[in-house]
Amino acid sequence: MAFQVRKATTKIIPHFRNGMGFFLGPLEMGFFNSYSTHLRNTSFSAHKIGTRILGSENMPTHLFSRRFESIKVGKQLNCVNDDRDDQVLEFPGGKVKFTSQLSFIPDREEERIPCFRVLDDNGRPCMYSNFTQVSKEVAMKIYHDMVTLQTMDTIFYEAQRQGRISFYVTSLGEEAINVASAAALSLDDLIVPQYREAGVLIWRGFTLKEFASQCFGNKYDYCKGRQMPVHYGSKRHNYFTVASTIASQIPHAVGAAYSMKMDKKDACAVTYFGDGGTSEGDFHAALNFAAVLEAPVIFICRNNGWAISTPISDQFRSDGVVVKGQAYGVRSIRVDGNDALAVYNAVRAAREMAIQEQRPILIEALTYRAGHHTTSDDSTRYRPAQEMEWWRVAMDPVSRFRKWIESNGWWSNEAEAELRSRLRKQLLEEIQLAERSEKPPVADAFTDVYDVPPSNLQEQEKWLRKTIKTHPQDYPSNFPL
Amino acid sequence: MASVLRRSQTVLNSLCRRQFSASPDGNLTTHAGKSMNLYSAINQALHIALETDPRAYVFGEDVGFGGVFRCTTGLADRYGKDRVFNTPLCEQGIVGFGIGLAAMGNRAIAEIQFADYIYPAFDQIVNEAAKFRYRSGNQFNCGGLTIRAPYGAVGHGGHYHSQSPEAFFCHVPGIKVVIPRSPYQAKGLLLSCIRDENPVVFFEPKWLYRLAVEEVPEDDFMLPLSQADVIREGSDITLVGWGAQLSVMEQACIDAEKEGISCELIDLRTLLPWDKETVEASVRKTGRLLISHEAPVTGGFGAEISASIVERCFLRQGEQNINVLHVVRPFSSLHNPIHILLLCLCID
Ligand SMILES: Cc1ncc(C[n+]2csc(CCOP(=O)(O)OP(=O)(O)O)c2C)c(N)n1
Ligand SMILES: [Mg+2]
Repeated sequence: MAFQVRKATTKIIPHFRNGMGFFLGPLEMGFFNSYSTHLRNTSFSAHKIGTRILGSENMPTHLFSRRFESIKVGKQLNCVNDDRDDQVLEFPGGKVKFTSQLSFIPDREEERIPCFRVLDDNGRPCMYSNFTQVSKEVAMKIYHDMVTLQTMDTIFYEAQRQGRISFYVTSLGEEAINVASAAALSLDDLIVPQYREAGVLIWRGFTLKEFASQCFGNKYDYCKGRQMPVHYGSKRHNYFTVASTIASQIPHAVGAAYSMKMDKKDACAVTYFGDGGTSEGDFHAALNFAAVLEAPVIFICRNNGWAISTPISDQFRSDGVVVKGQAYGVRSIRVDGNDALAVYNAVRAAREMAIQEQRPILIEALTYRAGHHTTSDDSTRYRPAQEMEWWRVAMDPVSRFRKWIESNGWWSNEAEAELRSRLRKQLLEEIQLAERSEKPPVADAFTDVYDVPPSNLQEQEKWLRKTIKTHPQDYPSNFPL
Repeated sequence: MASVLRRSQTVLNSLCRRQFSASPDGNLTTHAGKSMNLYSAINQALHIALETDPRAYVFGEDVGFGGVFRCTTGLADRYGKDRVFNTPLCEQGIVGFGIGLAAMGNRAIAEIQFADYIYPAFDQIVNEAAKFRYRSGNQFNCGGLTIRAPYGAVGHGGHYHSQSPEAFFCHVPGIKVVIPRSPYQAKGLLLSCIRDENPVVFFEPKWLYRLAVEEVPEDDFMLPLSQADVIREGSDITLVGWGAQLSVMEQACIDAEKEGISCELIDLRTLLPWDKETVEASVRKTGRLLISHEAPVTGGFGAEISASIVERCFLRQGEQNINVLHVVRPFSSLHNPIHILLLCLCID
């Protein structure tokens, strides 16, 4: 019954906003979208609304009493013909101007929020771009680390295909966001990552051996072989350990940033997440908390168009992610995620504001997940091959940056060939070493659940050891007892 | 039916009037200190936590003005709005924020306004707080996090102000679950939880916030975690419970005593990881075990206790004569009094 009533009213309800006091609930949201195109920049007269509402008499009164009231008031105002627009309501948060225009904020602006870039598709600096030039040294390290990430992804991906590691996630297509954002930060800035930001670790000096040890889960893995591959974490590199759970890390960055604020640190927290992650409650909770608690945190959304097989058109109907900042009172920018110089500049500016002004910043970097979601995915089943090809070839962030350093005379074909073959060789060696290394001891399965193993876990460890003793043939020999 | 309800209401009323005791003999307490109720004891623990550790923070919904149960009264004035503050109304945000704060080496003391509303934070507690240390190989931890939440029936709370959700959390290795039964216990246990190096969910019996009064030392003291407390000694049957339910069970012990049954009453205090040894030793002595909790019986924490004790005392040693009974208190506001009848039934 209640459902029918709601349905009957959807023609008009969707266009009202929450703050007006008679919004019904999420059921209507679908209609909001379908009607939104007709609504843009339109305002309705009180008369029109009145008629439609009167047509739905079977509505529960508690939902609609205020509505009728507001219409009555509207009519009275019309009679008096008092439509001065200079009156204000003193309301927490500042003065609110009254208006006699019954109009709604459009669902989105006519023009999408523009995307900041420095280098064009051919790696040429755009005219009049107000960007900070990077030194040759920084530029060369950015390029070196992007190529390292690309090569590592290719080789680890292959290793997974050969069954040598269980799983892998590439950052293909997102090298510039990874490396250039890291380049703009200081080592004191805390990284609170998702799983597609290995390039930040490369920039910070996490070695290929360390990557390989984690992916193979050997005894040198800082996570002690407990996690799936690519769930890196390193205290020394100020990089929280990755969790598989989407978006759950985002509010941690706010708590950590609050601590940095209290400690008056010259640093901020930086958290990364995908377009899909912005649909989770944690994203919204984090943005809101950061704004209210004035925490120095940078939110970097890698909008790569896809969340596994879900395109962003099935993810949200806003103009992407950048517009969500303003609703929470968070300063935001959209940037070309395949332009390393643009990413570098945006993150640098964001960091300065976050720390100087003790406030959160949201960055939406537009990019494309050029690889499959993970090694468990085949993305040709849900997206066109030409689309993938275009992003991979025409939009590749690494070659775009290469064109720029080449045009500066900093790079050559020979240097390129030498770098790639050296990295390849080094990676193949590390993989072999990591593969042959001993696994973590069985005791590691029970430690670190708590600071000290409690009696119930000690008991369970005894059971396990007893079982291993009675079934030695079922126990993998490369795990020390 | 009506007379049954009336009778149990009388029992309840007498319970409510009775001053709460924490001592084995059932008399009003032995701890030298000031007589105070449970919320004041919590408030005092929070004062001490903030006073003794400059890296301690208290936050949550409406915490700034003292909290809806007054547990945070005076804290913001004393320690400043930077350390004691309101958060937006968002439980997953509160716990997620708390994890990040704790991971930076702080004592993050988060308040969830009612345990009934802790579920939006369930993922943050289960997938994040509990696994933060383990998944990082002990590189990072959020051990400084303590989540306080008022739980349990008060008599008029209905479905959304009465729940005892402890069992959901007792299934999660990596966190501790602690529930005090009285003001003295609340203060000592809360300070232990705050200073423990692991994330803790601390459920406060809101029925007793004002009702339970006992002498509580004003100084800084801690009570051990994962150690059950034998409240009264007896030889015929072991009763195990926690939190507010213990006041009901204590009354049952007194009633049973009159009928010549000697009851041993144990407060588990920490449910995860719990003190099997103390319960086991008692059951070996009495040969009978009765567990009672407010939460629903199916999948309740009582099932874990009875399974473990049967396994230890019966299956392994081949002992006979162990009877395990498992009783619950339903959380419908109307049916609150009925559990007492259930208890009487069990003792019979
Ligand atoms: C809470 C949660 N729900 C679902 C999943 C399964 N899952 C893993 S990755 C993923 C898509 C994430 O997409 P996005 O946030 O855009 O990041 P991207 O993979 O594109 O970098 C999903 C649904 C998960 N890990 N966590
Ligand atoms: Mg994505």
